[in-house]
Amino acid sequence: MQPASPSGRQQKSAPPLVRTQEDAPRQRTGTVLDVRDLSVEYVTEGGSVLAVDQVNFSLDSGEFVAVVGESGCGKSTMLFAVAQLLAPPARVTSGSVMFRGRNLVGLTDKSLIAIRWKDLSVVMQSAMNALNPVKSIGAQFKDAMRAHGVRSNAEIGDRSAEVLKMVGIDPVHLKSYPHQLSGGMRQRSMIAMALLFTPELVIMDEPTSALDVVAQRSLMVQIKELQEQFGFAVIFVTHDMSLVSHFSDRLMVMYAGQVAEVGATRQLFDSPRHPYTEGLMEAFPSIRGPKVPLTGIGGSPPNLAKRVGGCWFAPRCAKVLDRCATERPPLYQVEGTQVRCFRHDGNVA
Amino acid sequence: MRFVLRRLGFFLLTLWAALTLNFALPRLMPGNPAVAMIAKFKGGVSPQALHTLEVQFGVNTRHSVISQYFSYLKDVATGNFGTSLSEYPASVGHIIMQAIFWTLGLVGLTTVLAFIFGTLIGIVGAWRRGGVLDSVMPPVFVITSVVPYFWLGLVLILIFGVKLHWLPYINSYSYTDTPGFTLSFIWDVIQHAILPAFTLLITTIGTWILTMRNTMITTLADDYVRMARAKGLSSRRIMFDYAARNAILPNLTGFAMSLGFVLGGAILVEYVFNYQGVGFWLLAAVNNDDYPLMQALFLLITVAVLVAILLSDIATAILDPRTRDAG
Ligand SMILES: Nc1ncnc2c1ncn2[C@@H]1O[C@H](COP(=O)(O)OP(=O)(O)OP(=O)(O)O)[C@@H](O)[C@H]1O
Ligand SMILES: [Mg+2]
Repeated sequence: MQPASPSGRQQKSAPPLVRTQEDAPRQRTGTVLDVRDLSVEYVTEGGSVLAVDQVNFSLDSGEFVAVVGESGCGKSTMLFAVAQLLAPPARVTSGSVMFRGRNLVGLTDKSLIAIRWKDLSVVMQSAMNALNPVKSIGAQFKDAMRAHGVRSNAEIGDRSAEVLKMVGIDPVHLKSYPHQLSGGMRQRSMIAMALLFTPELVIMDEPTSALDVVAQRSLMVQIKELQEQFGFAVIFVTHDMSLVSHFSDRLMVMYAGQVAEVGATRQLFDSPRHPYTEGLMEAFPSIRGPKVPLTGIGGSPPNLAKRVGGCWFAPRCAKVLDRCATERPPLYQVEGTQVRCFRHDGNVA
Repeated sequence: MRFVLRRLGFFLLTLWAALTLNFALPRLMPGNPAVAMIAKFKGGVSPQALHTLEVQFGVNTRHSVISQYFSYLKDVATGNFGTSLSEYPASVGHIIMQAIFWTLGLVGLTTVLAFIFGTLIGIVGAWRRGGVLDSVMPPVFVITSVVPYFWLGLVLILIFGVKLHWLPYINSYSYTDTPGFTLSFIWDVIQHAILPAFTLLITTIGTWILTMRNTMITTLADDYVRMARAKGLSSRRIMFDYAARNAILPNLTGFAMSLGFVLGGAILVEYVFNYQGVGFWLLAAVNNDDYPLMQALFLLITVAVLVAILLSDIATAILDPRTRDAG
């Protein structure tokens, strides 16, 4: 049985390097990730771009959190900041990322190695470019396992074949190079690679967006099954609101680098509190619901390099108040959800 | 495999074309080119030499063009390029063999070293972008790579040879020494090679540093490098196995080209240092109207370029699985 607390995990003598199906699903509880006031800036010649602005959220063990928001609102940047994968010109300007009680911000690459992939793995937005083109899939799996002390080639081979089978790919493709696989297979093998050690948290940046609708569905179902089987938590970035409604426990809506609203997925769908969330819900067609005209959101997102005025959504907001033009709304706590909108000022608990 | 076979086929085809052109050119010249050339020596050439030249150029002979062609191919295959006019009666083959030895040793080795060190410095510079190495190296090597190498050679000769007497700067070994595999002779050869090798190294390494640094910087921004970091790989592995392994691919062709031109490319350095390699002899052959030697040297340089391109194709096929499949 896997101990639950981080200290307990460390005390355990000689943990198995490769977690096989036998010791899964792991019994995990508690908070895996706690992000506080995280801000990220891109420093460019034309000035700095505040891509992530004071983001707060936390993630429980085994939880599936979806992140939605328009293109360019800072979703990928936020994920990379959580995984400590930012490179210049991006830098974290404030905040903390507590992973199992340990602040990852400011740790060196060397001290992060122990956490990476074993406890926290990443599936990147572009599976096309995220695999090394000159190495076979198997060799890239092997690199990850050897980096974490697995030496036996038999063990590496067995585990690699196992995870590849889990995502529905024939293990013969361990010998294949990325360019020999289809886009969907590449995406699946990335997910397989992310599961080599059955980490506690898997960060996925639009893992299905390169696929056709049918393939998207089946991959999504598979991800969900694996998640339930192994109990890892997921942060899942997507543009597809129907995927969100079916698969996520909680939903985080981002606008212009900020959290606009975050709460239980059902609740956000049933009673969206932020006008932007409302707009998003209206922007996608409901498959089973009654036919309503799609309204969407007028205007375009603000330029993150030139932040002026009050609420950043105000220029596009249908329910704008006077104070929105000058004051910046904080996150209000409303019945289990958090929402950044002055219309909920009175509800402060 | 198919890729390499196709490249090999292409190599054989171009090789054949070069050989045939070399055969055809003197035969297409009007009149008797052999007599015209000999005339420049103002009777200083024996009838034997004239005859050799005539046989080579296919004039005054009763053999058909076809049979001349095949005996020409046989001569080339066996390294029989006739007799040199300026070094009569030394055979062209003999001169070329010696010249190749010195040029490969000096220019070949320095080209390879410049590529290896330049690439390594470029890799590390890009990896520690903005660091000391990266801020000092590029400007320094931009300057050294535009310095004409014969000029640098002359300056070095002046300082370390003429003024300080530290190093020899004429010929590839001392005339007083007997060539052979003795320690003193090898040491003598190394001493003679230091100044020209340094000249070549300094003037060529900059290009490799800068090109590798630039492709490396582009590659470092690629997703698979970020992915390698996410996997927790060591810096060394990310730097070499993920980034440099990909970044070096576009530079291989350039390296192959410069290897190909090794045999003809360092004419001025060999001239300045009186180093008796291919470039030195090429210049001598041109100055002395030594056509047999000239022809053989040009053929040699062409073949060298073709071989280098073939080697770079094979290296690319080994290093890049995508070319292997492209067929
Ligand atoms: N290298 C960079 N230099 C400067 N600005 C950048 C850089 N990368 C991203 N940005 C800016 O940061 C903001 C957030 O980008 P990010 O990639 O995180 O968006 P995203 O929400 O993931 O978008 P998408 O849905 O299209 O993937 C963008 O507005 C972009 O202009
Ligand atoms: Mg993105």
